[in-house]
Amino acid sequence: MSEALNVPTMADYVAKGEVPEILFWVGCLGSFDDRAKKVTKAIVKILNYANVKFAVLGTEESCNGDPAKRAGNEFLFQMQAMGNIAVMNGYNVKKIVTGCPHCFNTLKNEYPSLGGNYEVVHHTQLLQDLLNSGRIKIEGGSFKGKKITFHDPCYLGRGNGVYEAPREVMVNLDAELAEMKRSKANGLCCGAGGAQMFKEAEKGNKEINIERTEEALALNPDVIAVGCPFCNTMMTDGVKHFNKEKTVKVLDVAELIAQANDL
Amino acid sequence: MIGILIFILLFGGGSAFFLFNAGKVRRNILLGRDIDRKDRPAERFKVMTLVALGQKKMFAKPIPAILHLFLYAAFVITQIELIEIVVDGTLGDHRIFRPSLGGFYTFMISFIEILSVLAFIGTVAFLARRNLLKVPRLVKSELNGWPKLDANFILLAEITLICFIFMMNGADEVLYSKGLSHAQNLGDNSLGFSISSHLGPLLFGGMSEHALHTIERIGWWGHLIMVLGFLNYLPYSKHFHVLLAFPNVFYSNLNPLGQFTNLESVTNEVKAMMDPSFTPPPANPDQPMRFGAKEVTDLSWKQLLDAYSCTECGRCTAACPANITGKLLSPRKIMMSTRDRLEEVGKNIDANGTFKDDGKALLGSYITPEELWACTSCNACTEACPINIDPLSIITDMRRFIVMEESAAPAELNGMFANIENNGAPWQFPQADRLNWKNE
Repeated sequence: MSEALNVPTMADYVAKGEVPEILFWVGCLGSFDDRAKKVTKAIVKILNYANVKFAVLGTEESCNGDPAKRAGNEFLFQMQAMGNIAVMNGYNVKKIVTGCPHCFNTLKNEYPSLGGNYEVVHHTQLLQDLLNSGRIKIEGGSFKGKKITFHDPCYLGRGNGVYEAPREVMVNLDAELAEMKRSKANGLCCGAGGAQMFKEAEKGNKEINIERTEEALALNPDVIAVGCPFCNTMMTDGVKHFNKEKTVKVLDVAELIAQANDL
Repeated sequence: MIGILIFILLFGGGSAFFLFNAGKVRRNILLGRDIDRKDRPAERFKVMTLVALGQKKMFAKPIPAILHLFLYAAFVITQIELIEIVVDGTLGDHRIFRPSLGGFYTFMISFIEILSVLAFIGTVAFLARRNLLKVPRLVKSELNGWPKLDANFILLAEITLICFIFMMNGADEVLYSKGLSHAQNLGDNSLGFSISSHLGPLLFGGMSEHALHTIERIGWWGHLIMVLGFLNYLPYSKHFHVLLAFPNVFYSNLNPLGQFTNLESVTNEVKAMMDPSFTPPPANPDQPMRFGAKEVTDLSWKQLLDAYSCTECGRCTAACPANITGKLLSPRKIMMSTRDRLEEVGKNIDANGTFKDDGKALLGSYITPEELWACTSCNACTEACPINIDPLSIITDMRRFIVMEESAAPAELNGMFANIENNGAPWQFPQADRLNWKNE
């Protein structure tokens, strides 16, 4: 294992009298879900490697409210939002990177009218910036020649028009990027959005993640790349459903970059 | 003289009845809640130019886009010929603009004729796609009955209209070449239109003068009656789309698709709860205090305009992950149900003066919770709609009603809500453990 992760909190910065460049909003899956925690660590490794002065809220972070809002509980959403905004405005937060497109969308689009005005980027956009500015470099590495297909998260792609950042980041891997027929604006949902993650699907003839995984597997990829912890769960389950977990990996874009650099 | 009288009665009556019904549609749309969609006019004109006029989103599917473009162009351009029909009809003249416009007149009518042929091809292809090829999104169950009939009826009317145009111009061509047309003779021996100058002699060449005049008149009157009939059919049909598509795109949601509205009424409540010194602004007495939507009148006028603008093409439903995997949800059906219920509410108001409770509501009587809870909020439907209709906002507003007014969310979701409320995450993990991953 690599050396211990350096994960300062906003409170640590205040104690030192310093201000971080950016707040890393980890999110609930990123904090608690075993699979998503690995992505969180990959993001941290990259931030450490690139010497980005970042901080997390740690125990002061709370759910951004997305699942409540999509499920129709506007009341609970706004309670969460106003609580989080109070904390972040207290720290005078200016810029945020999220590890999840749902947190990204909510913080970026739905917090401003409630008093939370921040520059919010998704982690693939930050990775793109770090690559473009030369703060991280990718030296070929383990994905050279591998076939990768990217599954667009709805709240990153259609929801906010971010289609190129994850793809431009992955171009640096020297891998073959194969597109599914339903990609970018036509991308098919993994099935977890709109609070579906937290309930059984309604009656139908197929699970959405099976439909989507089938489409991805038809390309015979080595890796199904994702940019969302919800998609990660759904696609991982889908790959297991087809007993392909030995040959097809489901990896977040951040993990691809971290692994390519042996971080 | 009698002809002129009949014309004026027909045209005046047809127009008046249309305006009467269109006024009812407008009244129905304005039953919706207020929403500001008049901001950023420059951006709105740009979106309307690209998406409505330019058909930008249609071209995601090139084949139907080109076929639709034929009909759309023919529909718009043919209206120019209608101007002459109205003037001729009122003055008892025939081809009044031809002597003065000369070559330009020949060009315009020729252009209209070419578009009419293309529209004919498009219409036949559309009939085939619906009835022979059975394109999946055009034969889904929510179209059974009236919607399917409505679609075919309009296409057949389109074909009839085009036939009338060629009867009119074709027979007139033959008459003109014989010096028998009522059009002023300009010393040439052909009207010179691109299609009918060939088609006319081919179809009607050997006919008697009487027969030719009859065919020409049937074409002329038929054209007029079809146009007036079509116009008056629109308010009863999904084809109101041809009139509302442009304003509907103009009033589009210009925010990122992922951004949902923040309910202001909720904001006031939450602020009052968190800050005792906050005094919420007085409630608007015109709008009942209700969170979310149970009834069409709880929706915004834009959501109701969406419902009247929908032409039931089903691109939304074909892209919907829930529908693809066999769930009950169809975004198109959400729009159809909204319109059906709004029509019913409108008729109720017509009959009773004001709305009289009929024991029904959009939620329950038309749209079931099972449909609403199948949505993943992925925005595939809004992205797919060629005229920026937003079924997702209706689904969300109805979920809001179910959750905040009825507390009737699925049990698992209530569990999720409780977790967020108690420990700031949708699962039962304590907030104090949020940074534990760092050391694992």
